Amino acid sequence: MPFGLSNDRGPVGRTRVIVIGAGIVGAACARELADAGCAVTVLDRNRPAGATSAHGEGNVLVSDKGPGPELDLALWSTRLWPHVLADIAERTPVDVTRVEWEPKGGIVVATTIAGADALRAFATAQCAAGVRFAELDRAALADAEPHLTDEVALAFHYPQDAQVQPAAAATALLAASGAEVIVNCEVLGGDARELRTSTGVLSAELVVNAAGPWAGEVARRLGAPIAVLPRRGEILVTTPQPPTVFHKVYDADYVGAVGSDSAAVQTSAVVESTKAGTILLGSSRSQVGFDDRLRPDVLAAIARKALRLFPCLADVAVMRTYGGFRPYVPDHLPVIGADPRAPWLWHATGHEGAGIGLSVGTARLLRQLVVGEPSELDATPFRVDRAAVIGQ
Amino acid sequence: MSARRIPGWQDRTGRVDRPLWITVDGERVEGIAGQSLAGVLLAAGRSSWRRTESGAPRGVFCGIGACFDCLITVDGERDVRACRRPAFDGAVVHTQERG
Amino acid sequence: MTTVVIVGAGPAGLAAADSALRAGVEVTLLDASPQPGGQFHRMLPTAYAATHPERVQHGWRAFDRLRRRVLDHPRCTWWPETTVWAIEPGPRVHVVRGLVDGVGRARYVLAPDALILATGAHDRVLPFPGWQLPGVFTAGAAQALAKGERVAVGDRVVVAGSGPFLLPVTAALLEAGSRVLGVFEANVASTVLRGWGSRPWEVAGKAGELLGYATRLARHRVPYRMGRTVIAARGADRVEEVVLARLRADWSVVPGSERTLAVDAVCVGHGFSPQVELAVAAGCELTGAGFVVVGEGQRTSVPGVYAAGEITGIAGAPSAAAEGRVAGWHAAGGAALGEVALRRALRAKAFARRLARAHPIGAGWPSWLQPDTIVCRCEETTFAALSAAAVDPSMMDDRALRLATRAGLGPCQGRMCGPTIAELTQSRPTHRRPIAQPIRLGELAEQPHSFPKES
Repeated sequence: MPFGLSNDRGPVGRTRVIVIGAGIVGAACARELADAGCAVTVLDRNRPAGATSAHGEGNVLVSDKGPGPELDLALWSTRLWPHVLADIAERTPVDVTRVEWEPKGGIVVATTIAGADALRAFATAQCAAGVRFAELDRAALADAEPHLTDEVALAFHYPQDAQVQPAAAATALLAASGAEVIVNCEVLGGDARELRTSTGVLSAELVVNAAGPWAGEVARRLGAPIAVLPRRGEILVTTPQPPTVFHKVYDADYVGAVGSDSAAVQTSAVVESTKAGTILLGSSRSQVGFDDRLRPDVLAAIARKALRLFPCLADVAVMRTYGGFRPYVPDHLPVIGADPRAPWLWHATGHEGAGIGLSVGTARLLRQLVVGEPSELDATPFRVDRAAVIGQ
Repeated sequence: MSARRIPGWQDRTGRVDRPLWITVDGERVEGIAGQSLAGVLLAAGRSSWRRTESGAPRGVFCGIGACFDCLITVDGERDVRACRRPAFDGAVVHTQERG
Repeated sequence: MTTVVIVGAGPAGLAAADSALRAGVEVTLLDASPQPGGQFHRMLPTAYAATHPERVQHGWRAFDRLRRRVLDHPRCTWWPETTVWAIEPGPRVHVVRGLVDGVGRARYVLAPDALILATGAHDRVLPFPGWQLPGVFTAGAAQALAKGERVAVGDRVVVAGSGPFLLPVTAALLEAGSRVLGVFEANVASTVLRGWGSRPWEVAGKAGELLGYATRLARHRVPYRMGRTVIAARGADRVEEVVLARLRADWSVVPGSERTLAVDAVCVGHGFSPQVELAVAAGCELTGAGFVVVGEGQRTSVPGVYAAGEITGIAGAPSAAAEGRVAGWHAAGGAALGEVALRRALRAKAFARRLARAHPIGAGWPSWLQPDTIVCRCEETTFAALSAAAVDPSMMDDRALRLATRAGLGPCQGRMCGPTIAELTQSRPTHRRPIAQPIRLGELAEQPHSFPKES
């Protein structure tokens, strides 16, 4: 097993851990490691929960993932979320209501016959892996989403899908960790014993790289490069509306876009409302580095696809858009585990657009790996020393 | 008591009033051609035509389209800034509530 | 032929169009309103068929000549009721044309050789208890309604805030027949006098204008008080009374100085916020105070993009026009300008500095706030909620803070509360609004037309 805190290494309470990145994954890791007795310090280049974690819808989804290790992690995370929140509520003064945990369920629709066949095959395979879904007939669909287009060939309801307010979730996890937080602190290089940062040299036994889309750059600076790249995603936000959309509703072609390798812009319809009354419309995926300029053509494509699902939104005003960078790994699997080249370095990144949902499972798995506890989940598929992450 | 339009005969600009009628939640309200919806509503003695999420009344605040307080539904179009939308004869206006 | 797109047909934009046309280029002038003039030269509606607009319009004749010269020019394309909702590098200007906030407006993309932004400013209003009540208006709203629609906002009105703009607003209210119970400048006399006092020649022209207003106030027996302001508005469903208080130099309240006054309208303005979202979208650099950085010829930090008027510093209409003329000429590729134009633009800048010194916002204003005072009008975020979330600003990114409190995330997109939230939470104000004006989904989904048409 990789270097870790096996139980015979003495009291884990003495182990000092530096977590790089105060987004949701870093915050969740800090909480688990602190809970395991580590003395945790979290660094952020800026301030907590300001980048990727504040630029997404807050998805906690199982419906968009095909059978495989990511789905297993998603199912585990979905089960963990309510327990984690309950635990925080019980053991800390952190107000978890602001996390806005909402197990609202997802509805996936196919608008073509071919799409329907693909969706049915996809869902059947998911079912074997533990995903629950139910087909909605016309009446049930009209009842669940009265404003949805009539032109639906097939619709499935996924009750396990949920949503959180992602920035609030990240700050709640961070606050619950009790970790020391150092802000405006950029990692420049070095190793755990002598971690050079923009605010001085820090020292610890372990370093966890949870820098999201910047994790590739952080790893490079620490002498152990990993293939994590930014992938940009865009979301449109409408003005507050009367209740119109009741679940997370998306077109089955979203599933294809998630798994796509294409560098070209892709869009697919994802529509849901927030507690504030706004409707969020996604989504897009493009590899443009860290370029955050507005792309009206991308926004127009998102609008077109969203209107195909909800034609009644045509007269609704968009007041804002936000684009975020997601940590993308060529084989579409998160990177969770010890770095084979630097025994003090661990990674927890590469979740692309699913990091909010996967954060709690990722953190639990990392803790189990670090401490040497047995895990319900096989960590092998997420290991760092796979070809897609560190080459040959 | 509240806002009012300067009566035409008193107005030094020598304007000519051409009346128009709009309905607000079904009630007929008179204005004159050229006014904004906000101007018509204010001059008709209404100071608010939107309720916020908490139920608080809102009307005109900035008057130039920056604050979005005066949003109103016009002929079925939601979220129209009343301070900037010209009133038309026969416009069917509904006050707005959030969410 | 060189094409110049100008956004905003107020004093700066019109002057820019005039001088760009003189320089021989093709101009497209855009404005969200049906008529040119901006806030300063807000015109009466055409439908009013007013025979004497000059009686309520400052400098009407000169403005009227200018607007005809520009709008009737064969090389000028005038697009009223045109909303710019996005700018891409290039610059590529994305607009929708049609009724404001309408549906089914036509989408166009303009790709000019040069872009001049003359988007102006709106009132900045500091929050105070009750400022969200109907009957509380910005000073600009009161003026716009009086001048532009001939609507008086109330019968018993109080004007409060800071800056010389309160005077023309009061004059407009008086002209419209309102009774103005008082004009309250928050800064104490010593601050105002120190700011205006030195180098009086820089403000000689302005002083005459201000004296004119002062005379009008005196004639109507309207008291003008310094070091006083409205610290609360009260009423059930609309404002019924205000609480006035004496202020120290830092705008903190002198305890025990509060008194109430029955009113039916309050007009408030604590200065102006530049409307810089389009400049930000175009990539222009801003100053620390949030104005667009301009260099020689009103060039911004982005090649091909120029800025003029209040977005470069609050200095009033004559200064905006002077800057507009410089910007228009240079954007059109004109040769170096004569000294007169440049001196005028420089004098404008000096006036802006002077104005900022004489009418600063005192650091003690948050003492007016109560825990339940609304700071974000759209989302009804209270001072207490904001303070609770910002207890340790290091614990949360600005964006996370806004998501947590909803402050600045409502329909106005932080236009009203942005600077206030930044100040109260010691965070950076955000001027970025990628969607600069709301656009309907159906409009966004449409394929845009190019203008001029690509052949």
